[in-house]
Amino acid sequence: MHEVAISEALLEQLVTLAGQHGWTRLSRVWVRMGLLSGVVPEALEFSFSAMAVGTVAEEAELVMETIPGRFGCGACGEFDLERFEFACPQCGGPLQLLKAGRELMISGVELMDSPTHPET
Amino acid sequence: MCENCGCANNDHFHVHPDPGAGHPPHEHHEPHEQGPAHSHAHAEAGGWHAHTAADGSVSWHSHGGHGGQPVLDANQREAERNRGYFRARDLLVLNLVSSPGAGKTTLLRKTLERLHPQVGCAVVVGDLETQADAEALRPSGAPVVQITTGTVCHLDARMVSAAVDTLPKEGVRLLFIENVGNLVCPASFDLGESHRIVLLAATEGENKPLKYPPIFHGARAVLISKTDLAEPAGFDLALAREAITQVAPQAEIIELSSRTGAGLDAWISLLERLLA
Repeated sequence: MHEVAISEALLEQLVTLAGQHGWTRLSRVWVRMGLLSGVVPEALEFSFSAMAVGTVAEEAELVMETIPGRFGCGACGEFDLERFEFACPQCGGPLQLLKAGRELMISGVELMDSPTHPET
Repeated sequence: MCENCGCANNDHFHVHPDPGAGHPPHEHHEPHEQGPAHSHAHAEAGGWHAHTAADGSVSWHSHGGHGGQPVLDANQREAERNRGYFRARDLLVLNLVSSPGAGKTTLLRKTLERLHPQVGCAVVVGDLETQADAEALRPSGAPVVQITTGTVCHLDARMVSAAVDTLPKEGVRLLFIENVGNLVCPASFDLGESHRIVLLAATEGENKPLKYPPIFHGARAVLISKTDLAEPAGFDLALAREAITQVAPQAEIIELSSRTGAGLDAWISLLERLLA
């Protein structure tokens, strides 16, 4: 359940960023993660919602996006997949994981109740 | 989700230095202070800017290094600090990971018997509680620091840096970090190590690498341990090798038994190559 530690780091960053950019309430937080980040999305969602209480992200929805990894099949060649497969989806042969990232990052946030709606 | 650990508080861990090294036996480590330069670096690293959509909703995007701002930034920075420190001291640092009970401590005990003190070794060992592992390793004469993490299911770079601070500054060439027994969480936390070494015991399933790819992928070596039990356990070594190669094609695979000593030569020779 290291997602608790990750949620903690995520919230810490959001609170710091909020202070820097004047965000008061967030409605959405986008997180991008590599296939090898080791994060279980459901566990991150669960710990984040529990730990976000009382912070700028209390009402925020966590939107998670997986960065695909590169896999190779002896017969069918190389392709990208968003989850781990070790049998080729096309021919059923053994599939090798070639390249995948461990990155885990905040790529964006959406603000709730923007103080001014700059319609210029 | 791990059910046998509920890592909640990352700031409460204990470093138990080697009493032989003349340090207090039970030192409480407080989190490092983070200076003002810290948050400033975040802002610049993130490259944040605002967008206003047609409906007036405002969103901010980060265009940091890889299309976002890293979440485990603090750990990554600490890991890089450790890496720099290890390099400056010409230390080979190996992060040993496996599920609980795969034989990390026994392998280390046998390894220290063979290498120390010809090659100066030291060990940092992490567990939720007890100093049992440190006590098992100390007869080797190598300095051993135990980190008890309380409830945390992995070691992070800060814990390692605090533990390494208590080790002798001279005479250590090879540092083993025995991570908390866990195949999931330690994969997400870089410690600044030179290489990750994964143990897979012959008493586990052959397909563990396929079930836990993040920890196996990128490993320098995968050690199939307890091979003396492979036959009674019905463990198919060829199948295990195949699974390892699917996830970690670059990893050297060594079959060994700490109990019988089979395969230990190959392991020691890998260590010697890495030290060279």
